[in-house]
Amino acid sequence: MSARQLHTTAPRRNALWVAAMVHRISGLALACFLPLHFLTLGLALQGEARLDSTLRWMDNPLFKIGETMLVFLLAVHMLGGLRVLLIENMPWREGQKDLALAALAIAACVAFAFLVGAV
Amino acid sequence: MTGMIEVSLWRGKADGRYQTYQVPQRANQTVLDVVTWVQRNADPTLSYRFACRVGMCGSCAMTVNGRPRWTCRTHTSKVIEDGKLEIGPLANLPVIKDLAADLTRFFEKWQRAKGVFAPSKTRKDPIERISPASAPRIAADAAIECINCAVCYAACDTVRWNEDYLGPAALNRAWTLVNDVKDAGNKTRLAAIAEAGGCHACHSHQSCQEHCPNKLNPTASIAGLKRRTMQAYIKGEL
Ligand code: SF4
Ligand code: SF4
Ligand code: FES
Repeated sequence: MSARQLHTTAPRRNALWVAAMVHRISGLALACFLPLHFLTLGLALQGEARLDSTLRWMDNPLFKIGETMLVFLLAVHMLGGLRVLLIENMPWREGQKDLALAALAIAACVAFAFLVGAV
Repeated sequence: MTGMIEVSLWRGKADGRYQTYQVPQRANQTVLDVVTWVQRNADPTLSYRFACRVGMCGSCAMTVNGRPRWTCRTHTSKVIEDGKLEIGPLANLPVIKDLAADLTRFFEKWQRAKGVFAPSKTRKDPIERISPASAPRIAADAAIECINCAVCYAACDTVRWNEDYLGPAALNRAWTLVNDVKDAGNKTRLAAIAEAGGCHACHSHQSCQEHCPNKLNPTASIAGLKRRTMQAYIKGEL
């Protein structure tokens, strides 16, 4: 029982706590996966044979899903960052939960559009 | 309203445990009434803190069913879950005994944030008139009704992560003084607030605002401090 008293979970039952977490985790994930992404692109540019095999590999649905995840992470991190910049540099505005939700929804739409090939 | 409430109260220090009591439920009963009932009828050695019982003094805050609240203005009927109440001391603070948390660090941080008025005049000067409609006064008034209850401090996850963090209440207080045109302490205040553990450590969760019993918005005050310290930095004043 002591765990609950000493570590109340109240702050975490809060959408904006989740928004801050999404921002942090998406940033860490980008830091891990973006270099990988550039490495693949870099390899693809070294020689034709290699490019061919890489391109074939890129047709793999797993790769597409990975790229979609990257697009989502980029979008959600950028929009979340914009929200924080607004809070910290502009006069206070209410409705931060709605803004955070909108950032998430827009990021999901962008990622979906990328997945189905619209972008 | 009749029946019994199963009340678990924290007993002892940090390594204590919850002890259960059966307390009669009454109409319009507050959580503080429940704690007082236990002390008067079940165990006189129970320690807790209160003074005004009307939401003015800020001394009665506790963790009620996992959430920090002012107990004198919290009706049991609003917070009871399955006929049960679990009441502990405020989180993010050391426990003195039972339901009394040690607020020393909380108030030390008010000092560190320069939450003390620094006069710009002497008692011989005429009293300056401040228009309630002026922008700085409106900003200060929006944050001024703090009762120092530490509910926001217990609700802030950044306080838990970073023990140096000044926390929402101290920073909110500093914001009222930053906007007080009679105050002369802003140079040192802004410098203190811009340090590590100051306003820039806040993650804008707004948990402090959600829990503040007086419906203040420390997140907005802290955002104001972030802007002010940034402006001071750009102007070379920091
Ligand atoms: S907005 Fe800042 S002060 Fe308020 S709970 Fe979050 S981190 Fe703490
Ligand atoms: S800001 Fe609100 S919750 Fe925090 S100490 Fe003041 S009154 Fe209590
Ligand atoms: S006893 Fe004073 S605020 Fe609750």
